[in-house]
Amino acid sequence: MQLELVLQYLVAGLTYGTIYAVVGVGFNIIYNTTGIINFAQGEFVMLGGMTAVTLHRFVPLPLAIAGAVAVTMAAGALVEATCIRWLEKPSVLRMIIITIGVSILIRELALVSWGESVRALPYFTGNEVSSLTLGGVHVSPQVLWSLATCVLIVVFLWFFFQHTSLGRQMRACAANRDAAALCGIATKNLVTLSFVLSAGIGALAGCVVSPITYTAYNIGTGLAIKGFTVAILGGLGSSMGAVGAGFLVGVLEAFSVSLMPAAYKDAISVAVLLAILFLRPSGLFGSGAAARLKTA
Amino acid sequence: MLRLRNVDAGYGALTVLRRVSLHVNPGEIVTIVGANGAGKTTLLRTVAGLVRARGGELVFAGAAVTRLRTERIVALGCSLVPEGRQVFAPMEVRENLLLGAHVQYARGRKDEVARDLERVYGLFPVLAQRARQLAGTLSGGEQQMLAIGRALMARPKLVMLDEPSMGLAPLVVKDIFGIVKRISEEGTTVLLVEQNARSALQIATRGYVLETGRIVLQGTAEELLSNRDVQRAYLGSDLDAENRVAT
Ligand SMILES: Nc1ncnc2c1ncn2[C@@H]1O[C@H](COP(=O)(O)OP(=O)(O)OP(=O)(O)O)[C@@H](O)[C@H]1O
Ligand SMILES: [Mg+2]
Repeated sequence: MQLELVLQYLVAGLTYGTIYAVVGVGFNIIYNTTGIINFAQGEFVMLGGMTAVTLHRFVPLPLAIAGAVAVTMAAGALVEATCIRWLEKPSVLRMIIITIGVSILIRELALVSWGESVRALPYFTGNEVSSLTLGGVHVSPQVLWSLATCVLIVVFLWFFFQHTSLGRQMRACAANRDAAALCGIATKNLVTLSFVLSAGIGALAGCVVSPITYTAYNIGTGLAIKGFTVAILGGLGSSMGAVGAGFLVGVLEAFSVSLMPAAYKDAISVAVLLAILFLRPSGLFGSGAAARLKTA
Repeated sequence: MLRLRNVDAGYGALTVLRRVSLHVNPGEIVTIVGANGAGKTTLLRTVAGLVRARGGELVFAGAAVTRLRTERIVALGCSLVPEGRQVFAPMEVRENLLLGAHVQYARGRKDEVARDLERVYGLFPVLAQRARQLAGTLSGGEQQMLAIGRALMARPKLVMLDEPSMGLAPLVVKDIFGIVKRISEEGTTVLLVEQNARSALQIATRGYVLETGRIVLQGTAEELLSNRDVQRAYLGSDLDAENRVAT
């Protein structure tokens, strides 16, 4: 393979990697505060993209995206308030079934309201054919938008968790929920916040990559599986791990296309998932948290 | 300050506390002694709202708290130092203490937090030295001090301590009891659960004996210290041996 082609695959991999990374990080935010694996995470990405496309018919692009993120955050809060909040110490299995149920519900609602058609936002700058040449590789400006957004999300989350009072409360809640309550922290509200946050970043990522990857009512399930793979691979609970793992899975997939028919692309991440669960349940960078989930 | 009337509590099908009634007056150190599994921890967790009372009522500082959530009870001024310390292991010592001050921020008493932090560092100088260390890497005794300090940062009216001496070396245990006494002298009411019944009764004003979820005995600390049943069951004195020496 020539170097140029390798780089081209790499860029493609990084683009998909962005969305996997963000979905993985979303899994982690909710897992850390609640111990719940939220399989509706992929639907937030779908909702973000689809809502933005609809809003863009009426308002300029930045407003449409902001609106879509806000709507999706509200959806996240609604999911938490209706399906999670009133449960006292639910089992892991029960939570998984509930979140899968929620994801099916959201998907069907999306099918009813938007139909089956595939949509996309316009390119933020330029169009499908415009490209920048970086070191001999042609890169769509949208790829740079995606990567920049991913960086922005990571920096924002880092700042939020390390340097704000609310972020500190969420870390405390993740470390020890009872002790957090004993400090007078309203832990239930933090659970809502974790759903709102991960819905928000999922929606934002869903908007930014949609010009390249397209979006449709049914993209959520695949993304949830990949995001889950990424979260486990990075070590459940570790956001930085998820970002690294997201790009790794994205790039692996992109290169697999050069070796196998494209139809097998999705099988890659499932194979990776199974391999980790068998060989290294705590993930590449992680500790015992993932192993706990497996036995729970 | 605190009053429990006929409180029942438990987990699932298991009832642990049966019609427990007790009270703590302002300024007192009240201790609860009882064997392993008697329900001491459950009792404190019920007061803190971490376990729901199934019957009876709890009144704290004149407010009915039976159905309140933990964070509301803490905001009213009732703090628990839980069994096994439960510090925020992946966070710095200082962050742990500031989290303890959460209700102070919520009360709009932000300006007092710096002074409270100094007070806690004064009580536990080792915490000041370790301010930037991760709490999980502290020794057991240091973690216990941190857990107590964290609870004090909330400026509680009543602080409940669940076995603060558990697993600590005798010298550290002495320190901890000294600190509890000092906290009480500085105006905070104390409810203390201890395996180490003798030391607890020595600093306490009153005590209750909990047996399989029921209060079976109560009295002033002196009464309990000199009670033969208490001596035999909880103070570890071998009465037969004493009698033999006496005769
Ligand atoms: N989370 C729980 N779920 C079910 N049962 C529990 C739970 N916590 C405690 N128990 C049971 O409740 C009973 C009382 O436990 P508790 O922890 O209150 O005792 P304790 O007096 O604090 O004992 P120790 O001195 O050993 O700390 C025990 O039989 C225990 O097995
Ligand atoms: Mg106990």
